[in-house]
Amino acid sequence: MAADGLKFLALAALLSGLMIHATQGLGYHWQWYRIPAYVVATTPAGIVFGPLLRGVGVTLQITAVSLVLAFLIGLTTALMRLSGSILGRLTARTYLELVRNTPLLVQIFFIYFVLSPVLQLSAFASAVLALSLFEGAYVSEIFRAGILSIHRGQWEAAFSSGLDTWHTYRRVILPQAVRNILPPLTSQAISLIKDSALVSTIAIYDLTMQGQAIIAETYLVFEIWFTVAALYLVITLALSLTVAIMEKKLAVTD
Amino acid sequence: MNRLHILFMAAVAITIVFGVSAVAVSADLQQKLIEESTIEQVAKRGLLRVGMSTFVPWAMTDKSGNLIGFEIDVATRLAQDMGVKVEFVPTKWAGVIPALLTGKFDVIIGGMGILAQRNLKVNFSIPYDHSGVAIVAHKQLAGGFSRLEDFDRSDVTVVARLGSTAAAAANKFLPKAQKRFFDDESQVIQEVLNGKAHALLAGAPLPTFQALKYPDKLFLPLPGTFTKEPIGFAVRKGDVDTLNFFDGWIRVVEAEGWLAERKHYWFETNVWESLLK
Repeated sequence: MAADGLKFLALAALLSGLMIHATQGLGYHWQWYRIPAYVVATTPAGIVFGPLLRGVGVTLQITAVSLVLAFLIGLTTALMRLSGSILGRLTARTYLELVRNTPLLVQIFFIYFVLSPVLQLSAFASAVLALSLFEGAYVSEIFRAGILSIHRGQWEAAFSSGLDTWHTYRRVILPQAVRNILPPLTSQAISLIKDSALVSTIAIYDLTMQGQAIIAETYLVFEIWFTVAALYLVITLALSLTVAIMEKKLAVTD
Repeated sequence: MNRLHILFMAAVAITIVFGVSAVAVSADLQQKLIEESTIEQVAKRGLLRVGMSTFVPWAMTDKSGNLIGFEIDVATRLAQDMGVKVEFVPTKWAGVIPALLTGKFDVIIGGMGILAQRNLKVNFSIPYDHSGVAIVAHKQLAGGFSRLEDFDRSDVTVVARLGSTAAAAANKFLPKAQKRFFDDESQVIQEVLNGKAHALLAGAPLPTFQALKYPDKLFLPLPGTFTKEPIGFAVRKGDVDTLNFFDGWIRVVEAEGWLAERKHYWFETNVWESLLK
């Protein structure tokens, strides 16, 4: 135990030494003292959110809406792929392969520059649509795997107790499946938070765009990017922690 | 008396020894600065690495994939006069200063306007060119707009390239307008063509070219440019030799009339358009 702790400390010391050496050798003029003003700004009216925290707000909004939509799209697609309808299976499969095999950036540009003038979508709506369609494809595969992991016996037991397909899913299969797929779903949600940085390319003022805008004016490149990365880390760690607590609550003591 | 005399002599001797070594140290330092200057490194390497970003007609790719344009001519002639080869490093505009600071190339020759905030991070040569920001607007959305003040309203959206002098001009001259910034000129243009923004701000002559390209959708609300910025080479800070070399070179080609001739060719004629298609 103590030896393990020592090894960990040695590794941490080595990595931080490397970091310090790299950053000093860069010949870059660090100006960390200018950063706090961009996180929290003090105005005559009191303390207000700086541009970076306002960006966090937009990122949270976009990811929250996209997350709900992605789960709905994912579940629907998974159910369509497992259904008896050939048309349903074909539609789900086409959507999955099309979205999963093309870059997210291209999808965002396509939806924003080509579709949105026709559909009258705002930049925010285009971003949410692109993100939820993209992540929904991955979520659908997670749901499908989760549903398929439930033993046939469960289906047979449910049907023989007189439940129809809807109630079998609702009462028997999905509650067990969701418990199993919570870890990969969390990974997907974290991916979504990080992928949301790409919406900055259509000039939505999320965390990444706010960072870029500050850099464009002040050229504090590394200081701002490190701060932005730390803020993403806080968001994703908070999510991981919440899910870990949920997992404990949902766990079945066999 | 004798003892004082000895003390005095010792003091003189010490002063001389220290003085001489101080001179030696500063000579050493000077030698080191000369050796480490970018210009010396370039000469040793036999290669000048130039950071730039493609922007018509400063730098663009022709039909065979070669870079052509005003900046390309300037950098090529500069390298030729130094007797070294030139290598162009196309870089995203927003990342071009960090790339220079971390030594990815030796100099930025990319139509970079001399701005105070930029100048805090890099050194600029004397200007070799001047540029200005112009505006091109959507025909229906901005119909009848003819002054800059017409665009300075909270219900007007203007777009520009992130980190450009046009973006700075938008913040300065149109404080009330909604401003949105994109990574690329092509996205900025698309935004106005799609009718999502009233106008775009960009360095001349891009607005004029776009108005000519889409005459049924875009128009020029005000003639010419409304700002004037000096344009210089950007180099890392603390390197006097390099800066002096570039300043000297610019003075020479300016006196020759070569800069004016090249500027005329790229900005006032369209002979080169046949090279693109």
